[in-house]
Amino acid sequence: MSKTDLWTVATIIGMALMTVITRSFFFLSSKPWTLPAWAQRGLHYAPIAALAAVIVPEMVMSQGQLIASWKDARLFAVVAGTAWYYWRHGVLGTILAGMAVYLPLHMGLGW
Amino acid sequence: MSSLFKHPEFRVGVRDLAPVAPGIAAWGLMTGVAMIKSGLSLTEALLMGVLVFAGSSQLAAVPLIAAGAPMWVILATAFCVNLRFVVFSAHLRPYVMHQNIWRRMLSGYLTADLSYVLFTRRFPHPTTDPVALREQEAYLAGNSAINWVSWVGSSLLGIALANAIPLSWGLGFAGILALLGIMCSLATTRLRAVSAGVAGAAAVAAFALPLKLNILVAIAAAVAVCLMLEKPMRARTASPKPAKSGETGGAV
Repeated sequence: MSKTDLWTVATIIGMALMTVITRSFFFLSSKPWTLPAWAQRGLHYAPIAALAAVIVPEMVMSQGQLIASWKDARLFAVVAGTAWYYWRHGVLGTILAGMAVYLPLHMGLGW
Repeated sequence: MSSLFKHPEFRVGVRDLAPVAPGIAAWGLMTGVAMIKSGLSLTEALLMGVLVFAGSSQLAAVPLIAAGAPMWVILATAFCVNLRFVVFSAHLRPYVMHQNIWRRMLSGYLTADLSYVLFTRRFPHPTTDPVALREQEAYLAGNSAINWVSWVGSSLLGIALANAIPLSWGLGFAGILALLGIMCSLATTRLRAVSAGVAGAAAVAAFALPLKLNILVAIAAAVAVCLMLEKPMRARTASPKPAKSGETGGAV
């Protein structure tokens, strides 16, 4: 394990500030303004878009490339998790069903 | 402040996040492991695990720190990787502007992806009614609290067990499955499903962009496509809604 470096500590505190600044970016100014109506409507599509944008590359890409083989534990886990969700409607079940498929394929078969 | 924790909506916020918490925890665990494995000292890893509270920016910054990159490069990276939160803050603004600046910054700091998603799912529209505002605050507090505890707690565990848990096990995939479940729960209208499809495809297509900017591009593309499709679909199906043009701008 390496030694603690003050410069790195300062960087980490700066990163925490970046979290604060980005997450409260439009809260900082208290001048009254509202987004135009189309933008407000558009933002209703943002949550699901953000989730898809984060997870889809993690499911179908590795090392920056689309995966070429179907022998990938992630694909089977995603199918199992999605199937569970539409069968039983539980997020915990989605995680457990997906991991129950993922871990044996990934650790057992190396997929 | 303490009455916030006793408010019934606090418990609802906890309950809504609880099923996802194991996924968050698996992700936090692997982030803790990754922080130590890429050469942060114990103190640095603990500090990052407790303070930064943004997994993607931590994972992006750790290799840069290990490589001795200049501070401004690391901070600029953290900012860019977090740009989706700037979009979320535009969405959440009308919900928090009744609070003072410090309280708003605290609310923002603690509202990570899932809290944002679950909060806007439960409260699709901002309000000016004090009782309803209190409910929203309590819900967000409960939701963020359990999110923080499961993320930070598991990160610390990962730091402690870094040499016992190999990254190759891929336990972090549980985090992806957690988000998948939430995504399915949001896909209740055809346009929302379109939004997910467009964003997923765009995030893959734009993956080569640096600094995770593909995520921002994907959100912008999905919102734009949905806004374009909205009008023709509404004209065909929806009943006429009262125009909302005269809303009390900035009153909240």
